[in-house]
Amino acid sequence: MKENILITLAVQFAIMSLLAFGGANAVVPEMHRQAVELRSWMNQREFADMFAMSQAAPGPNVMLVTLIGYHVAGFAGAAVATLAMCGPTAVLAQFLSRVWDQFKDAPWRAAVQKGITPISVGLVGASAIVLTRASDHSWVAFAITVATAVTAYWTRWNPLWLIGIAALAGLTGFV
Amino acid sequence: MSETASPRSAIKPTPTDLFLAFFKITTSGFGGTLPWTRRMFVENKRWMSAQEFNDLYALCQFLPGPNIVNLTAVFGTRMCGAKGALAAWAGFLVVPFCVMLAAAVFYQKFGDVDAVRRVLGGIAPAAAGLIIATVAKMAMPMFRRFGPAAVTFLLTATAIGVMRWPLLLVLIVLAPVSIGLSWWTQR
Repeated sequence: MKENILITLAVQFAIMSLLAFGGANAVVPEMHRQAVELRSWMNQREFADMFAMSQAAPGPNVMLVTLIGYHVAGFAGAAVATLAMCGPTAVLAQFLSRVWDQFKDAPWRAAVQKGITPISVGLVGASAIVLTRASDHSWVAFAITVATAVTAYWTRWNPLWLIGIAALAGLTGFV
Repeated sequence: MSETASPRSAIKPTPTDLFLAFFKITTSGFGGTLPWTRRMFVENKRWMSAQEFNDLYALCQFLPGPNIVNLTAVFGTRMCGAKGALAAWAGFLVVPFCVMLAAAVFYQKFGDVDAVRRVLGGIAPAAAGLIIATVAKMAMPMFRRFGPAAVTFLLTATAIGVMRWPLLLVLIVLAPVSIGLSWWTQR
């Protein structure tokens, strides 16, 4: 049932976007849970591949949903998933940004901000765990993860160089 | 332009300007759209001051949803209302959407070709490594003094990343607790 799949995509990604405290990377584990574990739209490897492509391509990393949508239901799926992920929160942000400015000096605002921050970082932390599990099936792959993490943490290199090196390592058969 | 105009309203873009500006930002290349957005807004077009940009960015980082997409929409509204929001939002998404569509078609056709498999097999672990580095940079300040923030961070990462509990459930439980704790400690 194609319509049903499109509705599922729309509803699931809209809900996810509203829960995405910390941006698109915060809901990668939930996307993985939905797409791989609950609905079997794809396997581990395909999910890891798509995340890799969304990171390597220009544009915001939220575009991972376009790849998932296309995989599930072709062009319509890609369009629905992208709109559902990028539409509702853009509208919501209009209201929230006004409210937020209005209560600039309210003590509760500081408490909310301080309370949400560790959660949003924790969500991205969960993404790191899920993605490492999904993509590291060999010691070499694991070594690439560690080397990339260390280099990206301690240097200010453009991440694309690291992705390029990793792609080359893969192509030449090291992974 | 009057002398009394605030720096932000020095130059006021139209919806078309906004669409084209964001369109151009997304074609400016790889390596994230944020630096390009800042350059265009603050330095080239002078649509907002550096301070205004920082405030807007901090706010959109905190709001739910894809941050930079929210930023385009909120910025568009502030410049020229709902039309501006739609123009900025659409201008920002059209190129990445087409790029991703092309990638999706490519992947469906050639995803099993040996060379493609090997390249992706190299990129995927690196992409995971980049996220680890991002998390480490963001989480480090919380561990300078081990307190509620560090505990909340660890609980969230474990509940979602290891236990694989549903996001909604975890947020319903953890958000009030975390906000309550920070309210209580700041008094």
